[in-house]
Amino acid sequence: MTGEIKALGFGILSPEEIRQMATIRIVTSDLYDADGYPVDGGVMDSRMGVIDPGMRCRTCGGNIDTCKGHFGYLELAKPVVHVLFAKTVYNLLKVTCQKCGRIMTKERASLEELAKSPPSKCPFCSTVHKKVSFVKPYSYNIDKKDFDAEKIRELFEKIPDRDLKRIEFVGGRPEWLILTLLPVSPVNSRPSITLETGERSEDDLTHKLVDIVRINQSLKENIDIGAPEFIISDLWELVQYHVSTLFDNELSGIPQARHRSGRPLRGMVQRLKGKEGRIRGNLLGKRVNFSARTVISPDPMLSVNEVGVPEDVASELTIPEHVTPLNIEKMKKLIVEGKASYLIRPDGRRIRVTDDNRGDLILMLDKGWIVERKLQDNDVVLFNRQPSLHKVSIMAHYAKIMPHKTFRMNPSVCPPYNADFDGDEMNLHALQTQEARSEASLLMDVKDNIISPKFGGPLVGLDLDQITGISLLTKSGVELSKEETSDLLAAAGIDAKIPDKKKFSGRDIVSLLLPKELNLDFKANLWSSRNEDKNNGLVEIENGQIKSGVIDKTAVGAFKGKIINSISALGDNEKLRQFIDNAGRIGVAYLMKRGLTIGISDLDLSDDIMKEIRKSVKYAENKANKLIAAYNEGTLKILPGMTRKESLEAQMLNTLANGLNDVSKIVIKNVRYSDIIAMTESGAKGSNINTTQMAACVGSETILGKRIQRGYMGRTLPHFKRGDLSAASHGFVSRGFKEGLLPYEFFWNLMNGREGLMDKSLRTRKSGYMQRRLINSLQDLKVLDDLSIRGAMGEIVQFFAGEDGIDPSKSEWGKFVWENYV
Amino acid sequence: MHDIKFPKKLDEEIGEYIKKNKLSGQKAKKLKERILEEYKKRLYYPEEPVGIITAQSLSEPATQMTMRTYHFAGTAGIQVTLGLPRLLEIFDAKKEPETPTMTIYIDKKYQNEAKITKIAGMIKEVKLKDVVTTSVMDILNLVIKFKLNKEKLSDLGIEMKKIPSKVKLKNIDMSIERDTLIVTAKKENTNIHKLRYKILESHVSGIKNISQVIVTKNENAEWVISTLGSNLKKVCEIEGVDPTRTTTNNIFEIYNVFGVEAARNAIIKEAMHTIEEQGLGVDIRYVMLLADLMTYKGTIMGIGRYGIAGNKPSVLARASFEETKKHLVEAAIKGIKDTLEGSVENIIMNKVAPMGTGSFTLVGKLPKMPESLKKEYEKKAKKLAEDREKAEIERKRRIEDALKAEQEEQQDINDEEVREEKEKDKADNEIKSKETKAKNKTTKAKTAKGEKKETVQKNKKK
Repeated sequence: MTGEIKALGFGILSPEEIRQMATIRIVTSDLYDADGYPVDGGVMDSRMGVIDPGMRCRTCGGNIDTCKGHFGYLELAKPVVHVLFAKTVYNLLKVTCQKCGRIMTKERASLEELAKSPPSKCPFCSTVHKKVSFVKPYSYNIDKKDFDAEKIRELFEKIPDRDLKRIEFVGGRPEWLILTLLPVSPVNSRPSITLETGERSEDDLTHKLVDIVRINQSLKENIDIGAPEFIISDLWELVQYHVSTLFDNELSGIPQARHRSGRPLRGMVQRLKGKEGRIRGNLLGKRVNFSARTVISPDPMLSVNEVGVPEDVASELTIPEHVTPLNIEKMKKLIVEGKASYLIRPDGRRIRVTDDNRGDLILMLDKGWIVERKLQDNDVVLFNRQPSLHKVSIMAHYAKIMPHKTFRMNPSVCPPYNADFDGDEMNLHALQTQEARSEASLLMDVKDNIISPKFGGPLVGLDLDQITGISLLTKSGVELSKEETSDLLAAAGIDAKIPDKKKFSGRDIVSLLLPKELNLDFKANLWSSRNEDKNNGLVEIENGQIKSGVIDKTAVGAFKGKIINSISALGDNEKLRQFIDNAGRIGVAYLMKRGLTIGISDLDLSDDIMKEIRKSVKYAENKANKLIAAYNEGTLKILPGMTRKESLEAQMLNTLANGLNDVSKIVIKNVRYSDIIAMTESGAKGSNINTTQMAACVGSETILGKRIQRGYMGRTLPHFKRGDLSAASHGFVSRGFKEGLLPYEFFWNLMNGREGLMDKSLRTRKSGYMQRRLINSLQDLKVLDDLSIRGAMGEIVQFFAGEDGIDPSKSEWGKFVWENYV
Repeated sequence: MHDIKFPKKLDEEIGEYIKKNKLSGQKAKKLKERILEEYKKRLYYPEEPVGIITAQSLSEPATQMTMRTYHFAGTAGIQVTLGLPRLLEIFDAKKEPETPTMTIYIDKKYQNEAKITKIAGMIKEVKLKDVVTTSVMDILNLVIKFKLNKEKLSDLGIEMKKIPSKVKLKNIDMSIERDTLIVTAKKENTNIHKLRYKILESHVSGIKNISQVIVTKNENAEWVISTLGSNLKKVCEIEGVDPTRTTTNNIFEIYNVFGVEAARNAIIKEAMHTIEEQGLGVDIRYVMLLADLMTYKGTIMGIGRYGIAGNKPSVLARASFEETKKHLVEAAIKGIKDTLEGSVENIIMNKVAPMGTGSFTLVGKLPKMPESLKKEYEKKAKKLAEDREKAEIERKRRIEDALKAEQEEQQDINDEEVREEKEKDKADNEIKSKETKAKNKTTKAKTAKGEKKETVQKNKKK
């Protein structure tokens, strides 16, 4: 029964094939008899498959799960064109001699190309070809006279096979493009739904088929009684319409077939097509069992490759375990403890473990049984956050069963998932086969995906408070006693041997976490952010001992951390994982001990400085006013390629930006050291611009890269005169958030914020589509063992992968630093 | 694994180091071996699906890019498309970028402002409208008079007399009278407004399509010309222009002038520039791979429906991307056989895609089974085989039964039972009649179903 599909062939069904694959012939348009049973010979005939549970297929004897369904067929009273091939029929008519039925070419050519410039004379019998025209979607005229499907069929029957081969028409005979028999799809493919009221609601395809059968019947009767020509041709056209809309209900040129409610019916093409269609929606994307989803929250005491799973989730998800002589005792224990949900007997029967049958089941349990046990600590699970933009959006974690209702994760793994804890939800999948579990733990483990293949730097690293904490700890002048040190390490859960010293600097403590073979020199994030403090700004690590410098974002942060990269280059991912865990914990532990707080007064500046700032802002505004004056006088410098107005706008924006820059310099130089500064200079969160905007001046708000222009006629808001060009009236906010914004300034800020939201949604859409196209183009490329990159059919795209064969995820920022091994 | 050697550049670097430190042959060999060992560790694993990683690495930063179309290119003042729109332009292989621009390098001999300005003047396209001050239309006689700006003409070095020969339009007569260009339409029914517009837009001097020229000094204190609009071939022909360094951002132009390899490098350069300008980091290897994929067939192909994704050999891969109907219909006519070698095809068929661990299967001997277990399994296997045989016989019998039953049923309908039933119907109430009918129909079914179930389970067992 089981086999593997090696290839998939496409072709055109012949009438014989249609008859052969069918089990019944459809003869009536009735669906059910008065008792509600399917009518024999109707389109819901029970010989075409089962859709009701408990019923049996009258063809194969299978039930709802085992019967795959059987085709039926309908004999059409008159042939109709298959719409999906209507264009092909047209092309064939154009190139087929109307007299001798040969394809009018002696060379090989594709049908489309040949039809583009059809020969005017048959090369075989020299008959002049009459003009063929195509009336969308399915009628043809030859010499302005209707050429119906029957005639087309007759003509196509004459085309010899060897001619067809020449034009690459090998999927079947061309006359098969004109339907004489209509295959009726199995009932399983169009199940009806029983509504609560007991009424049956049929599938769109069934409705369509009923229409076809009904019209076909009356066409047949009319032909039999010798009805007038126009009645027959009307009915024939109607059959053609219904058959066409069965295949595709989005044809141009004819009205869509509609349901009674007015909703367009779903044709076969509509079933396949698009995002929710069969291919993209069901074959490529599937729904899964053994998954869970809930809100995430942080827990730094978990390792980066662990995930805290709520008890509720753990008791619902199961993992199958095969009972062997080696684990039978363990499995029995699981049943006793209520940690098994189901047992599967060797004959495939599932038994739910309940309090009543537990005792019996333990006695029955034997080799060959499968125990579906609940999720336990250290089970490998997949953890995922949408949108899954790259491969690290889904990684393997080890489960830790915990109380409460959220998934817990180490904040250091937030960057690859792009997660935060403002209500984000994540998905978890319990793996069901040993193969899946071992692949997950060997390939998808967080600790093996710390270095991003994108740029060769760390994706997993300390984030936010972890960075603030560790950078405050490693600043010069931090000194702890031995007791304090032990407390700190204990609070962080770090088991380290402390040297026998009285005083410990923060750097000594962090050095305990570093491997002894680490040697590094680099500039910390703090360098040049506020001052060029050599003791704090230049990091020097010698044999795993930090000599100087603070450990901050450039050392241990995600995307940047140099220490993380260097430890990774040593080759032990387990050690790297432990380092990230410990560094994060010690940062948080120290921060909890020290405390972190910010207040409005943190950004207070002395009156003198405030005056200086106001002067600086005024200066920028004056400069802007001078530009306006120059513009009005016509002496403004015109920038190349711009109009006068554009030149003014560009220069205004530039002037005001420079003004804000000057203000920023003053603020950063003079603002008192506070926890805000601690956060910005360590790179944990915030920037100098944020500080400036809070403390002194927000600066120019822009829409589409220009000053704010929209609003009322000639002005942005009624607060200003018409034609006012000043900075303030076009989005310049001269105050800081702390001082408070004027109503219109607040409005500028909101406009800017709204633009940001709009831009974001547009961007995600555009780049989402780009990603789909990129993936579709690149998905089949892989590296072979000769280090060439090839596509699905073995075509070579690159002879030597990346021109040096190096996998960026095993590199340091894309480079192989061979100097390390000198 | 094949014999692994260092790539050329790495080999040179190490050679240089050995030379510099004057390492002896023995030591040098040892060092090389050590580095080779580490190098091997950093190579791609066989069957690594680089394509998908490339696509992800390129599109993940795209979500962070700005949508804002225009940006100033340095202080030069030329506005060029950057960010996501530019990246899409490159990947889609658009024939013409939204803002084509060139960077023109100049030979050393011409490195002073006066000479460069002159070259710039030669490059910039001058249309008639640039040198016309006013125009008068005589609708009755179909004559348009253009007053020319003498100063501008002399600045640009254009002789007034030559203007009529430069405007290449049909069915008009042109003559110069003092500083006026007189145009007479030959055909009577000419739309004179349209004609005027056409004449004003006509090319007079310079290089076509180059609408703006800016001369600046670059970071190496070298005079360069930036332009808006691009025409690589013509610009390179101008004397003084250094054709070896002069570039354009129009990839198709580079392809037409210098060929695919140059186009591939242009794609890499432009894409990397766009990504890095946004402050995002992506390894250059991925951009290189995409550029190679876009050009490996000898022409430039975009990534979309009309490029790589729409020209795959597999029907299923194409149908699952876009235009499902078109691809399936085409496949039917051509009688195409899809051999299911790519990844989507295999996913559709519920098979493991031939990549990564999916391209390997386990080949090996299982350890010997202990005697005690072996006997047990043999017993089971024997029983299984017997069961299977039984099931087969049962199945055959069932089919026969079903056939017989069908025949009987048909006879019955024609014969007595129907009549009997009808009589019963009259006697009993309607509901009861339904039940009997249902029973008649399903009794045989039920017995057969029970048997079927058993066989299915047995089949599963094997």
